[in-house]
Amino acid sequence: MALPAVLVFVGFGIVPLLGVLALSFANWNGIGAITAAGGRNWVAVLKDPSLPHAVWVTFLIMVLSWAVQTPISLLLGVFIAGHQRYREALAVLYFLPLLLSSAAIAIAYKSLLDPNFGLGAGLGIPLLSQNWLGEGKLAIGVVVYIVSWQFIPFHSLIYQGGVRQIPRSMYEAAEIDGAGRMRQLFSITIPQLKYTIITSSTLMTVGSLTFFDLIFILTAGGPGNATRTLALDMYIRGFQADLMGPASVIAVLLVLVGLGLALLLRRLGGGSASESQMEGA
Amino acid sequence: MTAPVTRAPAGPTTQPRSGPSRRRGRLARANWIGGAAGWLWLLVVMIPIYWIVITSFKTQANYFATNPLKPPTAPTLANYRLVLDNDFVRYFVNSVIVVVGAVVPAVLISFMAAFAIVRGGQGRLLKAISSMFLMGLAIPLQATIIPVYLIIIKLHLYDSLVAIILPSIAFAIPLSVLVLSNFIRDVPGELFESMRLDGASEWGTLWYLAFPLTRPALVTVTIYNGLGIWNGFLLPLILTQSPDKRTLPLALWSFQGQYSVNVPAVLASVVLTTLPILLLYVVGRRQLVSGLSAGFSK
Repeated sequence: MALPAVLVFVGFGIVPLLGVLALSFANWNGIGAITAAGGRNWVAVLKDPSLPHAVWVTFLIMVLSWAVQTPISLLLGVFIAGHQRYREALAVLYFLPLLLSSAAIAIAYKSLLDPNFGLGAGLGIPLLSQNWLGEGKLAIGVVVYIVSWQFIPFHSLIYQGGVRQIPRSMYEAAEIDGAGRMRQLFSITIPQLKYTIITSSTLMTVGSLTFFDLIFILTAGGPGNATRTLALDMYIRGFQADLMGPASVIAVLLVLVGLGLALLLRRLGGGSASESQMEGA
Repeated sequence: MTAPVTRAPAGPTTQPRSGPSRRRGRLARANWIGGAAGWLWLLVVMIPIYWIVITSFKTQANYFATNPLKPPTAPTLANYRLVLDNDFVRYFVNSVIVVVGAVVPAVLISFMAAFAIVRGGQGRLLKAISSMFLMGLAIPLQATIIPVYLIIIKLHLYDSLVAIILPSIAFAIPLSVLVLSNFIRDVPGELFESMRLDGASEWGTLWYLAFPLTRPALVTVTIYNGLGIWNGFLLPLILTQSPDKRTLPLALWSFQGQYSVNVPAVLASVVLTTLPILLLYVVGRRQLVSGLSAGFSK
């Protein structure tokens, strides 16, 4: 019964995974014949000074967006786990960004942030009418902001589910012992959410490796190479410069980083306990 | 709700509010920080959305001339007409075909695989299959796009909707199998045994026992995959080229390239492509939200 799923997954998941490794040792322009290249692609890519930069940008966006999203998602998750009417009403609106595609979000924000015709300019607030996408540091900040805007709803939903599974009796006991709200948050809620935090962080960080559509539409990697992440680098090398070999090298690196991250986060979760949690992601 | 933050870190010393709320214990204490932060986040979420919607009803001249947060005095539908005149109905149909064509088989075969893994999970082969899917979760599958492109070319499927559908199914399988097998595991084993004793086949227990009992999980994975594929950009971008094969996100992008100066029209296209999902959200919000949270924080 598992056969159809196995066939499709092997055909379009595992075979491409091996294929990308094979192609990293090949010359291919995307149309013509594929020829062996030996280790040349690897040498070329690893020597390319733009690689450390792409790795750095990817890392920066990953860490910053994790650092912004995690506390906000956690607190919002706690907030909407409450059963008050107004919180449930707010939660309805919180999820709206989840419905928009990355393409739609990127396009809308691109207009919104336009230094001459965007929201900031229209309101006449100089602070808001900077050249957001025209300056490297600002552009990275904008990417992190939009990523957070888009994905915090999803992660707060995960945290909401986690919070609702914490036994109420723990809070009641804490209450009797006189623990305040902050104390409860740090001594009960957050420790109890350990596995939820790991699940959510895994999804965030592994997911951030493949932010493609958002950055592609928003900045196309610019200004200069300021937001050229590994995923974008792979696309530009492969499908714009027609160098599928070097692009495959980048892809292999992406796969390795993703696997490494997932393993690392599993370790952090502590042995077998996290394994069962991974299975219950 | 807009109480100054300085008053907020009250914790246990916050005055319990009067009357009925006191009974509710912990929740009775007004949580001003939480409340203020909640409303603040609402602003963060809603201001861009509000701006997108009102701007999409402005004329281009009006857009440049007026306060961007003021609703248009004379709303116009011209932007929406322009978007529709640009073949959006076709792109919409393409998107529907891709989503239905990918999600239905993806969920069904994932369900069958999850059932096999749970029911026969002791076998070595099924264990290997299960860990293969688990590994698939940790791999950014988009990184395999170049060989996928090659395979699609070799299968002579390039520039067709099927080209988008096949990898979409494959990419959806790991997470679907994971969520579904968690739910099937919760079905008490005795139910399967007694049904088997009554003469039902494994296949019968799959359809008549496991399927109905795991409906919430099926809804979850359907919605989750459906949203992801509806909004997908990379696969259509790489695996198709003709305008008549575009799905909505790709169409949005090329529309934006074409009309970038006409901000209201671009925003109308954003609203229009989101509208079908928004309608589904209005109709099935409870299913969607509770499904997603049940599926992921189990």
